[in-house]
Amino acid sequence: MGTDTEIEGQIAQWRGYMLRRKGVEQSDVDELEDHLRGRVADLTEGGLRPDEAFLIAVKRMGSVDEVSREFAREHSDRLWKQLMLTGDPDAPADTARRRELLVMIGCAALAAVGIKLPMLFGVGFDDDASFYVRNFGLFALVPLTVYFGLRRRVAGRTALALAAFFIVGAVGANVYGLADDSQSIVLSAIHLPLALWLVVGLAYAGGDWRSGQRRMDFIRFTGEWFIYFVLIAMGGGVLTGFTAGVFSAIGLDPETFISEWLIPCGALAAVVVAAWLVEAKQSVIENMAPVLTRVFTPLFALTLVAVLVAIAVTTNAIDVERDMLILFDLLLVVVLGLVLYSISARDHAQRTGVFDWMQLALVVSALLIDVLVLIAITGRITEWGLTPNKSAALGENLVLFVNLAWTAWLYVSIIRGRKRFATLEKWQTDYLPVYAAWAWIVVLAFPPIFAFA
Amino acid sequence: MRIAKDLVAASSTPLVLGILAEEESYGYAILKEISDRSGGRLEWTEGLLYPLLHRLERTGYVESTWRTPEGGRRRKYYRITDDGRRELAEQRQQWAAVSEALQDIWKATRSAAPTLKPALEG
Repeated sequence: MGTDTEIEGQIAQWRGYMLRRKGVEQSDVDELEDHLRGRVADLTEGGLRPDEAFLIAVKRMGSVDEVSREFAREHSDRLWKQLMLTGDPDAPADTARRRELLVMIGCAALAAVGIKLPMLFGVGFDDDASFYVRNFGLFALVPLTVYFGLRRRVAGRTALALAAFFIVGAVGANVYGLADDSQSIVLSAIHLPLALWLVVGLAYAGGDWRSGQRRMDFIRFTGEWFIYFVLIAMGGGVLTGFTAGVFSAIGLDPETFISEWLIPCGALAAVVVAAWLVEAKQSVIENMAPVLTRVFTPLFALTLVAVLVAIAVTTNAIDVERDMLILFDLLLVVVLGLVLYSISARDHAQRTGVFDWMQLALVVSALLIDVLVLIAITGRITEWGLTPNKSAALGENLVLFVNLAWTAWLYVSIIRGRKRFATLEKWQTDYLPVYAAWAWIVVLAFPPIFAFA
Repeated sequence: MRIAKDLVAASSTPLVLGILAEEESYGYAILKEISDRSGGRLEWTEGLLYPLLHRLERTGYVESTWRTPEGGRRRKYYRITDDGRRELAEQRQQWAAVSEALQDIWKATRSAAPTLKPALEG
């Protein structure tokens, strides 16, 4: 009896080795195991002890490397991990997958229909563009939140909190009656989606928003979602181009259909579809964001250093028009993203290397640029007074400055071996609510503070 | 005696198809059958057999089903298809041609060998 369980243990171990090989799948290992057992049975009949028989059987099979290489040669397609959209009939999780697919399709449909609902009340894209600008975040992110709510089966209290956030967002976007050409309406249109995106994070974490790991998962999700969304958008662009061209060729004008239906409904449905893709491929395909991070960290570091050198040489001040401020904020956000995604994919046990120095250079140069922007903004504010745009920019740059400064400090300590990488990760995940708070302040408090300017 | 790798590879498809043409079977049994039929001179590895079976399945010469015999473990059985039978017939003709030609040559060389010897001695 003892040898039997011993054999089972050895076979399980052998299965583990085999499964870790590329090009070998579960069903192959099942087949090979059957083979192994057949040989062990024959050898024990011939008088060997089971453990001896096992050793010989494994030996005869050849080294795991060799066997798996043969499999990989025959099934080279398996080296390209496929994102299975059609279920494997053997899979026991098939019904669960179908349910997920239905939830996704339902939420995508909700998004596509949602953006057209105001039309029923006579609110068109052309006549009431500002309505759509103000509420864009809601149209895009309510279906996504519903999707995660259903997927994570969030508890009643979390669902209430999610609903409350969206109601507050809807009120904040619509109750102030901002003029179409006011600064506040643009700020609100930019910040509401940001604020609501972090509410999506609450749904993504299934209400477990205090957990640093869940937050990190959400950061990973955000990067992958963005990449998938861009990919879908590019496909959508091709589809739009063909639609326009083909219908024009047969003498029909598809412009109304494209601008009123195809693009808005498609884009909003893509928000949910991209999220579903990220969820579905999570464990199947390597994450792209960290790979892009590796490629672009040195390039961005170089660019920022070049900018700093150019500023130092020419002593030109930074132009603080709105577009420029947004540009610089975006730049800082990209830097932060590069830092975040390299952290998100990092093996904590790995020693620090050249890449870390590069990242430190990136963070420090971003920090210097941020300081220059802050100086330019405060200069303008002392001269011309506070406007919503400049205050928002000031706030954003301060929020990013604090983060980058502490990140740089932590990075130095990590490279010198005084701190562990987890501290940096914790700092970033702990900082997320600050962004949320600032975005909500801009949406809710700015219009009344600045008299709806 | 070891049979050269190329020869093993070339003969593998007709051997497997031939065995499956008799009756459906599974990996280990096929391997034993090949060993028996060749008097132990053809020793296939699993790394040869299973990828081959999978390739034959992909090209449509064999079909497979997972079945669980009563009281036994799940096992993958292979069965030859009509396409496979056609392929086997085709390969059989080719092998017959090769083997006929070889037989002919063996005969010729055997009859040539004694006449050559005295010539060398002389």
